Amino acid sequence: MSVNVYIPTPFRHLVGNRASVRATGVTVRDIIEDLDRQFPGFRAQLVDSTGERARHINIYVNQVEIENLAGEATELNEGDEVAVIPALAGGAPTALTPEMVERYSRHIIMPQVGSAGQRKIIEAKVLIIGAGGLGSPVALYLALAGVGTIGIVDFDVVDRSNLQRQILHQTDDIGKPKVQSARETLLAHNPNIEVVTHETPITSDNAFEIISQYDIVVNGADNFATRYLVNDACYLLKKPLVDGSILMFDGQATTYLPGKGCYRCLYPAPPPPGMVPSCAEAGVLGAMCATIGSIQATEVLKLILEIGEPLVNRLLLYDALTLEFRIVKVRRDPNCPLCGDNPTIHELIDYEAFCGAPIPHAAAPFGG
Amino acid sequence: MGAMGTVTVLLFASLAERAGTRRLELPLEEGATVGEVRDRVVAQFPQLAPAVPTLMYALDEEYAREDAPVRPGSTLALIPPVSGG
Repeated sequence: MSVNVYIPTPFRHLVGNRASVRATGVTVRDIIEDLDRQFPGFRAQLVDSTGERARHINIYVNQVEIENLAGEATELNEGDEVAVIPALAGGAPTALTPEMVERYSRHIIMPQVGSAGQRKIIEAKVLIIGAGGLGSPVALYLALAGVGTIGIVDFDVVDRSNLQRQILHQTDDIGKPKVQSARETLLAHNPNIEVVTHETPITSDNAFEIISQYDIVVNGADNFATRYLVNDACYLLKKPLVDGSILMFDGQATTYLPGKGCYRCLYPAPPPPGMVPSCAEAGVLGAMCATIGSIQATEVLKLILEIGEPLVNRLLLYDALTLEFRIVKVRRDPNCPLCGDNPTIHELIDYEAFCGAPIPHAAAPFGG
Repeated sequence: MGAMGTVTVLLFASLAERAGTRRLELPLEEGATVGEVRDRVVAQFPQLAPAVPTLMYALDEEYAREDAPVRPGSTLALIPPVSGG
């Protein structure tokens, strides 16, 4: 069999500075021997002092590590793609495979991203609260962008009434847990990423444990209690929070960086129950989700890449009926009970009591 | 104190739904504050009263407190939180 072998930067000096070479053999072991014949000294780069393959070297066949196949005895088919990837000093093997270079080429070609930026995206861990109207487009665009670890928190199952706007889920998914449907959709779009599912309502008991595993949090919650909970948890854990919300024809979005203001600075008191309806009660134009969700995904990618000006200290207001976007300057409130000069909130509280309304749970689906 | 110009008030999200309008012009009393303009809006649309404690105010596209003075020709936005996701 003749296969294409991807050569990462650290080994290219061995093969005439080429990014890929051809090699022949029936198994992966044959390929390594052939490479060593063609490029003397190649095998020595892959083994430790005992002659075994070094632990920091991973070999992939069509993006699957051979330890998940048959090791070096893995048999090859004509046209397979083999990659020999050393773990970098930082730990994670972040070298871009040829498949990734092609997949992400429209990112990599931009000087603001480049291969270094794309690797940052691949190394990023982003948590999305809710696999509903906003969570759907956010998760999809982040998955397509190659965000390496996407966590999704949702306790709900897919309902037919979700399908008018929640583009992660399709008709055949009705009745499935949303996190499962989301995971299947995202991996179908991009098998290179990890999707971590948290099939639970987010609560004061589990918020720290879940959020602490991620770099950035995206809020697509459908109720005020969860919004205050996620805001407080992100501030206390010093995690950036990319916030968005929608109702009928109105949308809002902003980004909270720890110490630069929070949801409580804008809205110190939750509305009385029933004053502000939910999407289930008042409806929402499905296409609105993509407008606000896409802005949230854009903010996440800017934060990962450290480019541009994040939507910090600015609240974006979108009115779909007049098609007007307004940006209102906001700021950290020195009297904020959470992030102000003399804070009174130092830990998570009872948000159902605070909002006078229950956090929706599986027995009473709200449906994002 | 007499009227000295007008203020444009913008209503967002659930406020607009409840009031049935997204924009209104009000005469501005000299020295009126954000809170006083809001009270005039609520006097005109009493159905907005329950939302008052939750509102955020933006005067000429900048966050403003209730006691901020409103200048003639200003635009005051009354912004309720939105929770849908």
